[in-house]
Amino acid sequence: MSVLTPARGPQAIFRINPVAKLAATLLLAGVLILTIDWVSASVALACEFVLFCWAGLSLKTFALRTLPVWIAAPTAGLTTLLYGQAAGQVYWSFGLVNVTEGSLELAIATTLRILAIGLPSVVLFVTVDPTDLADGLAQVVRLPARFVLGGLAGLRLVGLFLEDWRALELARRARGIADRGALRRLLSQAFALLVLSIRRGSKLATAMEARGFGAPVRRTWARPSTFRGREFALVGLGLAVALLSVGVSVATGSWNFVLT
Amino acid sequence: MTPAAAASVSGASVVARGWGWRHAGRRGWAVDGLDLRIEPGERVLLLGASGAGKSTLLHALAGVLGGDEEGEQRGQLLVNGAEPTAARGQAGLLLQDPDSQVILARVGDDVAFGCENLGVPREEIWRRVHDALDMVGLDLPLSHPTSALSGGQKQRLALAGVLAMRPGLLLLDEPTANLDPAGVLDVRDSVARVLEHSEATFIVIEHRVAIWQSLVNRVIVLDAAGGVLADGHPDDVLSLQGDRLAAAGVWVPGRGSGLTVPRRETRPASLSTSVPGSEPLLRTPGLAIARTRTDFVARDIDLTVHAGTALALTGPNGAGKSTLALTLAGLLKPAGGAVLAGPELADGADAEPIRWKSRQLLTRIGTVFQDPEHQFVAATVRAELAVGPRALNQPGPAITARVDQVLQRLRLDHLAEANPFTLSGGEKRRLSVGTVLATRPRLLVLDEPTFGQDLRTWREIVALLDELLREGTAVVAVSHDTDFVAALGDREYHLTGQAGPGVTSRAAVSR
Amino acid sequence: MHATTTLLTSATNRKPRNFRWRVVDIVIASVIGVASGLIFVVWNQAYNPLSGLLTPLLPGLQALLGGGWLFAGVLGGLIIRKPGAALYTELLAAVVSTLVGGTAWGATILVSGLVQGLGAELVFALFFYANYRVVVALLAGAGAGLALAVNDLVLWYPGSAAPFIAIYTASSIVSGVLVAGLLSWLAMRGLARTGALSRFAAGRSNRARV
Ligand SMILES: Nc1ncnc2c1ncn2[C@@H]1O[C@H](COP(=O)(O)OP(=O)(O)OP(=O)(O)O)[C@@H](O)[C@H]1O
Ligand SMILES: Nc1ncnc2c1ncn2[C@@H]1O[C@H](COP(=O)(O)OP(=O)(O)OP(=O)(O)O)[C@@H](O)[C@H]1O
Ligand SMILES: [Mg+2]
Ligand SMILES: [Mg+2]
Repeated sequence: MSVLTPARGPQAIFRINPVAKLAATLLLAGVLILTIDWVSASVALACEFVLFCWAGLSLKTFALRTLPVWIAAPTAGLTTLLYGQAAGQVYWSFGLVNVTEGSLELAIATTLRILAIGLPSVVLFVTVDPTDLADGLAQVVRLPARFVLGGLAGLRLVGLFLEDWRALELARRARGIADRGALRRLLSQAFALLVLSIRRGSKLATAMEARGFGAPVRRTWARPSTFRGREFALVGLGLAVALLSVGVSVATGSWNFVLT
Repeated sequence: MTPAAAASVSGASVVARGWGWRHAGRRGWAVDGLDLRIEPGERVLLLGASGAGKSTLLHALAGVLGGDEEGEQRGQLLVNGAEPTAARGQAGLLLQDPDSQVILARVGDDVAFGCENLGVPREEIWRRVHDALDMVGLDLPLSHPTSALSGGQKQRLALAGVLAMRPGLLLLDEPTANLDPAGVLDVRDSVARVLEHSEATFIVIEHRVAIWQSLVNRVIVLDAAGGVLADGHPDDVLSLQGDRLAAAGVWVPGRGSGLTVPRRETRPASLSTSVPGSEPLLRTPGLAIARTRTDFVARDIDLTVHAGTALALTGPNGAGKSTLALTLAGLLKPAGGAVLAGPELADGADAEPIRWKSRQLLTRIGTVFQDPEHQFVAATVRAELAVGPRALNQPGPAITARVDQVLQRLRLDHLAEANPFTLSGGEKRRLSVGTVLATRPRLLVLDEPTFGQDLRTWREIVALLDELLREGTAVVAVSHDTDFVAALGDREYHLTGQAGPGVTSRAAVSR
Repeated sequence: MHATTTLLTSATNRKPRNFRWRVVDIVIASVIGVASGLIFVVWNQAYNPLSGLLTPLLPGLQALLGGGWLFAGVLGGLIIRKPGAALYTELLAAVVSTLVGGTAWGATILVSGLVQGLGAELVFALFFYANYRVVVALLAGAGAGLALAVNDLVLWYPGSAAPFIAIYTASSIVSGVLVAGLLSWLAMRGLARTGALSRFAAGRSNRARV
């Protein structure tokens, strides 16, 4: 999901209700979180990469948007490698650092697991338009409309952060207060940005009320949000991937329940 | 809006009995002792000095002033016989600041928002959305992102959103501020079209009376001291009480600004050749301007700015006036060519203003932004004015003296301890002008310095700038305000937005 | 009889607090939530290397970093001052950080957000949403820290030894008090000083009329 530009595209994936995307990723994550083993994670990843071909992303977008996950996964893996539970043969030991057969295995599993959980949620949410998500949350999940729409409005305001940041930069230079050290300037400008968005928020609230928001009337929805075949299919896919990875993992005897 | 559908909307009545409102944290009442009766279907132009409480009254009528937490009410204000808050949605309010009114991310959704809140059935909503967009002449796909709209388009969008609600009470707060002259007429005509088919009661706030005079059948002038200063048919009020109103800051049509700026000594308008013996303060050989690296807004701009002269930047919305102003002011990097400060302006600093330190700018080039709120950094009006002098490390007493002087000159002294963001639209604008004046820069770059100003303040600003010009300060001003350009501009630079800019030479002021 | 009358008048002198969320409450809580969520995104990236530095010092000490995810709720509670504010902002921040940044912990972040928000919320509730002094802010931070510890120990470090649990819990509470409690309180006061909170009780408590 991008805060800055509404996602749009010709593929079917763009038209699937975001609630289904949320449900599918939650389901997959919920199952994968139960185990730390490289088998289940690899199976899930393999299936995911096949499915990503239909995700409506160019290779460049994919690389760009999933970059945080690609960074986070190996760093977490490295931590586990160095400080993870020691078991089996010791490869290297230095102070508290203990690289062992067990920690190596755990590190690989952790890296793969983070990729398997993180990638699909990023990929599915690139194609989510926040407005559609809000519609879905309010109409399908039936969360309170006031809060969902308030949250949506807040999100749009934050979408203006970048532009406001630039404007503030210029304005503060013009006011003669932009000569401080880089860090101080950064902090004080970040604070100014927060102040500005709170002010904008206050005004936006007035504008929303002026359009009858919060009136004691039952609200209607201009855009219907439905949960039908496509949506069930996506959730089904998520479930299938989850079950397959658990199945293979249990069958190969590598299932490693986190709570044990 | 189809005439038949619009006609089903019946106008709302407004009654005020000794009504007053005091904003939380303020000592004075924004509106006080208001007694008023507006019949259904009346068309009212609401006038009054800047800070008289016009916006406050409109907010109250729309039921968005907030409850006890946000202020104190006395007396009674009724819309259709009921408290306005109880019937939110029967009044449609267009706020003074169009930027803050975009609510959703897509044009269609944004217009539909009000209808949804009022529980209008889905098919009906989309019919209304199309009608409303037609009405205001906003010809964009429904899925067009609202973040990519020009100032004028935003104003139209907001108006469409209000019209789609089919309010019985249509409230517009300075709907044409910030629009170019063609845009002003467009929006006025849109509203006229709506009113033709609607019975709605209509109240519009505007300092420039001439625009709306033909559309309204009643003028109400709010008194800053409380109550109503004048009330009646436009022709009667304006002709019989014209003098009194002009004195109170109302732009009475046909009277002009009532200000004659005596002729100043001006430089020849030739651009390429500099006048012998006088280096310009600023020149822009082959300047190209852009907001982003790739999209040029305009190019081949050759300007010179001489000490003691005024240059007006004009042109339609989105032509690049603000971009040019910011570039001249040393805030945006030129996309091509250069902005070069003469030795007199540079005063020992680099020749390119963009390389100056923030503090070096203060005494050399002062900039007033189009959106004053971006520039406010302090918690009180007084502290705001002191920011610049303090950054220059001026001694305390000198700062206080200068700040007091500016406060008084811009008639903000009663608001010295108020928070800049709680000021009225016009007051904010004056404060932002004041922040620049406080450091006495050699060159002033002003983006729309007079919009939203009543006549009194307008004159004050013009007189102030004229004084500065005589003392040798140079002024570059972006403005849609033809009176202002006529009063001050020695030269006018017109950005067309398309074909390439042209320069109009003007003799000194004459009217 | 006398006692009751005085009690009544003193009670009516104070404005009754309105616990219903106004539109502006919702919008500002959302702005705070979304902005915090963006900070979470940055913090998510910083967590791994930083915890890699802390863990070897003393396993469990990495919980000192938890405060970076706890301030949203406390700040929201301090500014909005309505029931549910801490919970809403913390949860929204968690949602935004999952959606925008794509975190390595996937959807489990939502659970953490819920639990941590509840931790701060309960403290504000204990004071009947009437007291927002610095002590309460610190306590709310501690509450959020405790919630974080409980959540993590159950979800991520089950079956840990007692010393680890103790260190982890203490670290997260310390972090909650300092980062979530104190910093949020300072931020709230700073915001109030700018006048940005003039539509909130938080921004009016000690300002004179002008
Ligand atoms: N939110 C607020 N908090 C405190 N004071 C306010 C607030 N809004 C307006 N005021 C004050 O109330 C007074 C009336 O303001 P209002 O905006 O109604 O004026 P106005 O007639 O619309 O002026 P303008 O023509 O400049 O827009 C001003 O003194 C202003 O400073
Ligand atoms: N912050 C920005 N980032 C990117 N593009 C911008 C930005 N602000 C304006 N633009 C674009 O640059 C062009 C010139 O805008 P500019 O604000 O200079 O116009 P203007 O002449 O001042 O218009 P107005 O009369 O509406 O103020 C427009 O096409 C506008 O869409
Ligand atoms: Mg106003
Ligand atoms: Mg402009």
